[in-house]
Amino acid sequence: MAEVKKPKIEITDGALIPGKDSDAVFSAWRISFFGALSLIILLPIITPDPYRRIIAFLPDGILRTFEVTVLSIFFAFFIGLITGLGRISRIKIINRIATIYVEVIRGIPLLVQIFYIYYALGRFLKIPDIASAVIAMAVCYGAYLGEIFRAGIQSIPKGQMEAALALGMSRSQALRRIILPQTIRLVLPPVGNEFIALLKDSSLVSILAVSDLLRRGREFASRTFDYFETYTMVALIYLVITLFLSRLVAIMEERLQKGER
Amino acid sequence: MKDRVRVIDATKYFDKVLALRNVNITVRTGEVVLVIGPSGSGKSTLLRCVNRLENLNKGKIWIDEDEVTKPKADIRKIREEVGMVFQSFNLFPHLTAIQNITLAPHIVKKIPEKQAVEKARALLNRVGLIEKADSYPGQLSGGQQQRVAIARALAMDPRVMLFDEPTSALDPEMIKEVLDVMLDLAREGMTMLVVSHEMGFAKAAANKVIFMDNGEVIESADPETLFNNPHEERTKKFLAHIL
Repeated sequence: MAEVKKPKIEITDGALIPGKDSDAVFSAWRISFFGALSLIILLPIITPDPYRRIIAFLPDGILRTFEVTVLSIFFAFFIGLITGLGRISRIKIINRIATIYVEVIRGIPLLVQIFYIYYALGRFLKIPDIASAVIAMAVCYGAYLGEIFRAGIQSIPKGQMEAALALGMSRSQALRRIILPQTIRLVLPPVGNEFIALLKDSSLVSILAVSDLLRRGREFASRTFDYFETYTMVALIYLVITLFLSRLVAIMEERLQKGER
Repeated sequence: MKDRVRVIDATKYFDKVLALRNVNITVRTGEVVLVIGPSGSGKSTLLRCVNRLENLNKGKIWIDEDEVTKPKADIRKIREEVGMVFQSFNLFPHLTAIQNITLAPHIVKKIPEKQAVEKARALLNRVGLIEKADSYPGQLSGGQQQRVAIARALAMDPRVMLFDEPTSALDPEMIKEVLDVMLDLAREGMTMLVVSHEMGFAKAAANKVIFMDNGEVIESADPETLFNNPHEERTKKFLAHIL
């Protein structure tokens, strides 16, 4: 489901909070990550029935979740890049189309979009399950990424474009050689966070016939009635994956901050 | 000497605000012309109109035989041959010093990479920064960045160099290294239009100093006359402030 983007609040007055607590954040992360990981390992050992059967049943679903996520990310990235460029385009019609796309898509819940592409459009053309899942997610996240790219491009100082133009470059050369390389670096962390959100939202596709992690869990639980155990396991697996990825994003962010300027 | 840059009756508005009013300026080939004036007097705007980073509302600008302000003018072609140096350097932070210099000759003028690198090294040598060729702008001091920016503009073999307050963003101890590079350029006969309040540079290199206020040229003379015996009241007032 589309998350509301919270503006990043920067508190400059350090007296109010006890310093920048990246250590505390890190240790909270460690507790949750390794806690969840050890539960995933220990539960099947302590209580083999039903946890061992659950853990044997889910890997197919994890793979499917990754497949849907990676494909969606790939397409969403390009849609987002094109949308972001469209949003800053000086050609009115392109600008208008990109803006309408962003407004419309951000105003419709992802679940409704998935239904729409699979069932509503399914009346006119038959789209395979996975394809509709990927299309829905890519279209939805393309709009969000488009806004991130737009903000990123606009945050590059105006002098960069001017310097490029003053050297005789065309606007598109300047965009390609000067503006976009700087933008990509700048937006990598927020884009990474968007990818993590997308991975979580991919659970929505389980309502189609896509056997992702959540759907595999549902199939297992409805057969054995081990609802508590199964969904505990499913939740822990999602948690471990997203925590792992968010750590990667945090490390990337740190590196970029150190490397630049 | 022939006229290199001619600004004729230039008038420019930002929305309703007048930025330039009937400005007439000539820079001859090999001449160094300095433009001074209080902030908001239109000196930067004038410079930015010469390479069409801004467009005039009225008037014409010529560089040699080419009319810059003609609607059909090939702006990119003109900009290739007009070097510009900015107050805030505007080096490309994701490229090394030498890449900053070679990029435009390579992709705009289609000069082969190897040749562009050779030339860039020669230019870096000239501005005294050959050992910084592979440094990123973030690793350079302000003065070093500005010297790379000058080399970057020179790499396009410009007919005229525009300097927009090249030393205003610099710490005092770095101003000299940039002015020295500019002095060298002036001595070698580069045609330069410079917005700056550096009196030392004006006296050493400028053929002409122009005082602007409120978008108008108030007075123009050789540096000796303008600094020591200005005619206009406004010029006197302004000089009293900065001297």
